[in-house]
Amino acid sequence: MAKKNKYFKASWSYDPAPESTDHIQLQKKYDLYIDGKFIKPENGKYFETINPTNDEIIAKVALAEKEDVDKAVKAARNAFKSWSKIEPKERGKYIYRIARLIQERSREFAVIESLDGGKPIRESRDIDIPLAANHFFYYAGWADKLEYAFPNRNPKPLGVTGQIIPWNFPLLMAAWKLAPALATGNTVVLKPAETTPLTALKLAEIIRDTGLPKGVVNIITGAGKTGANIVNHPDIDKISFTGSTAVGKYIQKTVAGTHKKITLELGGKSANIIFEDAAIDQAVEGIIDAIFFNQGHVCCAGSRLFIQESVADTVIQKLKDRMETLIVGDPLDKNTDIGAINSKRQLIIIENYIKIGLNEGGEIFQTDCKLPSKGNWCAPTLFLNLSQSHTIVQEEIFGPVLAIQTFRTIQEVIEKANNTPYGLAAGVWTQNGAKLFHLSQKLKAGVIWGNTFNKFDATSPFGGYKESGFGREGGLHGLKPYVKFE
Amino acid sequence: MSRLNINKTYKLYIGGKFPRTESSRYYPITNTKGDLIANMCLASRKDFRNAVVIARKVQESWVSTSALNKGQILYRIAEMLEGRKEQFIEELILQGVQKKAAQIEVSTSIDRLVYYAGWSDKYQQFFSSVNPVNSAHFNFTNLEPTGVVSIIAPENQGLLGLISVIAPAIVGGNTVIVLASQNISLSAISFSEVLNSSDVPGGVVNILTGKREELISHFASHMDVNAIIYCGTDQKDLKTVSELASNNVKRTIFYKKNDWLNSSNESPYFIEKTQEAKTTWHPVKI
Repeated sequence: MAKKNKYFKASWSYDPAPESTDHIQLQKKYDLYIDGKFIKPENGKYFETINPTNDEIIAKVALAEKEDVDKAVKAARNAFKSWSKIEPKERGKYIYRIARLIQERSREFAVIESLDGGKPIRESRDIDIPLAANHFFYYAGWADKLEYAFPNRNPKPLGVTGQIIPWNFPLLMAAWKLAPALATGNTVVLKPAETTPLTALKLAEIIRDTGLPKGVVNIITGAGKTGANIVNHPDIDKISFTGSTAVGKYIQKTVAGTHKKITLELGGKSANIIFEDAAIDQAVEGIIDAIFFNQGHVCCAGSRLFIQESVADTVIQKLKDRMETLIVGDPLDKNTDIGAINSKRQLIIIENYIKIGLNEGGEIFQTDCKLPSKGNWCAPTLFLNLSQSHTIVQEEIFGPVLAIQTFRTIQEVIEKANNTPYGLAAGVWTQNGAKLFHLSQKLKAGVIWGNTFNKFDATSPFGGYKESGFGREGGLHGLKPYVKFE
Repeated sequence: MSRLNINKTYKLYIGGKFPRTESSRYYPITNTKGDLIANMCLASRKDFRNAVVIARKVQESWVSTSALNKGQILYRIAEMLEGRKEQFIEELILQGVQKKAAQIEVSTSIDRLVYYAGWSDKYQQFFSSVNPVNSAHFNFTNLEPTGVVSIIAPENQGLLGLISVIAPAIVGGNTVIVLASQNISLSAISFSEVLNSSDVPGGVVNILTGKREELISHFASHMDVNAIIYCGTDQKDLKTVSELASNNVKRTIFYKKNDWLNSSNESPYFIEKTQEAKTTWHPVKI
């Protein structure tokens, strides 16, 4: 698949470089991890998790219903009595063990993550899995230092936390939720997303192997209904949710009038702003990272691009040229830049938005890549000729679709960027320091990337303003959602 | 010769002005003997919405006011209140508060303002962090105000309760729309006169008087309000506020205390409640 264009003259093609799947251990069927054991669901129902590249069934996974949620919450409640009281140093050591075991099995986890979710192996290998391990390693160290995180406040764990995580970064999101909850002495009932349950279940194996007291972490699988059962369970003290704003609002409404605390990491429509004085080639790379990382299945994806008018033609041409070089295909191939769309359902949503974009008069550009015949795929896409009122400028698409607008003045771009109910992240590209800090102060978003985009770290608090949710994950600030003060 | 007193007309405080409620409705406040003290404005949904529009507009410039300046403005409020101490004590007594309690409430109110004035240029250092990320980036987290905050003020301690919830919100760069205590509402409106003469830009604090049951759903549901502070313990209210807040993922802050007197009612954590953590990344490799 040789590509020729103005900026990338080389026309070599890549040989396949597939990551081997020989060394991974997968069962045909997975049960629920409750009270330290894998047990069958009460009603005996299972659902299938599908490989998004070829529609083949990878494994069957237990469907947790109300009775199972009950069981898991009971186990967690029981375990809380002793887990909240053990020596904090010891608590930390269990979490360190989890970090180490993930590192030891990182290759296996990376392959399974890519198999189950469709993300390129390069991303699961270099980002998802190491960051997940780092997250446990970081919070493990907090377990016996909480009095320094909250001086004179006597922080106490909340109790049983229900954690509901999305399908875009399955293991990483599990780590983001589990690590601070455990470090602060809470117990957990965690539900991975129904399309990507496998790495969470593999994590359950690791947790079992660490000798973590039974019931401290319970991992149960299912879809929205299982999640609702967790949210509604009367003996849960805290809900942490990452997912869509619509579901987040439902959760906030549902727990109204109860004692439950909540943390919400919701959707976004993050602005990525390119000024005329930016390092243009770096900015183009940044645009690629911002919107095509993980097929655009990223809550903080830079899905609204704002280019200063004077450089718009140059940036757009360079961007198109760069997009043409992106390799879409087998997630397990180490050359792949863009893998499979996570599910049929998500593909339909993305394709529908592309239709809306066209119907509303947007000018589309899609790369000329060959998509495999089976599975869920979407070519890297951008739209021009848009204004603030276009649906694809306003709504989160959660796919590799970029909405481009131009601007003339600083004030104009600040207003446009902030004109959204979301407030998760924003990117600014300029070589002018004052301009960068001016923008970073004025943009209403929880994360600002200056001359970079889509960077994450265990020590770095992440979370949104406005309808992108509340509470932070990562860093010292990420401890607070899991403690109460006397 | 006896002289007839000039009674004050108590109005609302919106955008630095003292308008009557657009609804032209009122409710009477009487003393312990049942004599009329004042007809208070019974604020409407429209009054509230007008106040939100102004609070939003002013928030941009209030947040850009330097921390030193904001601290001085809060200190100025305390100075103005100190000068009118006797009036506030008398007014509290008029509304049924015992003399001793009124004196303590007013002096604590003044001290509380000074307390938060002092935090203005300090809380940021207390809550911010430089985060040692595992890559070649400089990364830091600091606080920014949530934005426009609606407040259902404590029903008890009409002055101290009000100040205890307003001060931490505005020192953090938020603008607020407050529903004053329904029964001890004179102090709130008199306090707005203090605000008006203290260099607090109009619209940073907006004070309404009226009925909780009429206004609470609007305070909780307005789409351009970022957070709501509710003071009270009514289970139905708490549920209503949380439910309606979900319309725009509004932050909810509940204070279930009855007494705002002792020093546990002041801390930088009250400021933190209406703040958002913002994390900024920048490469350091050249």
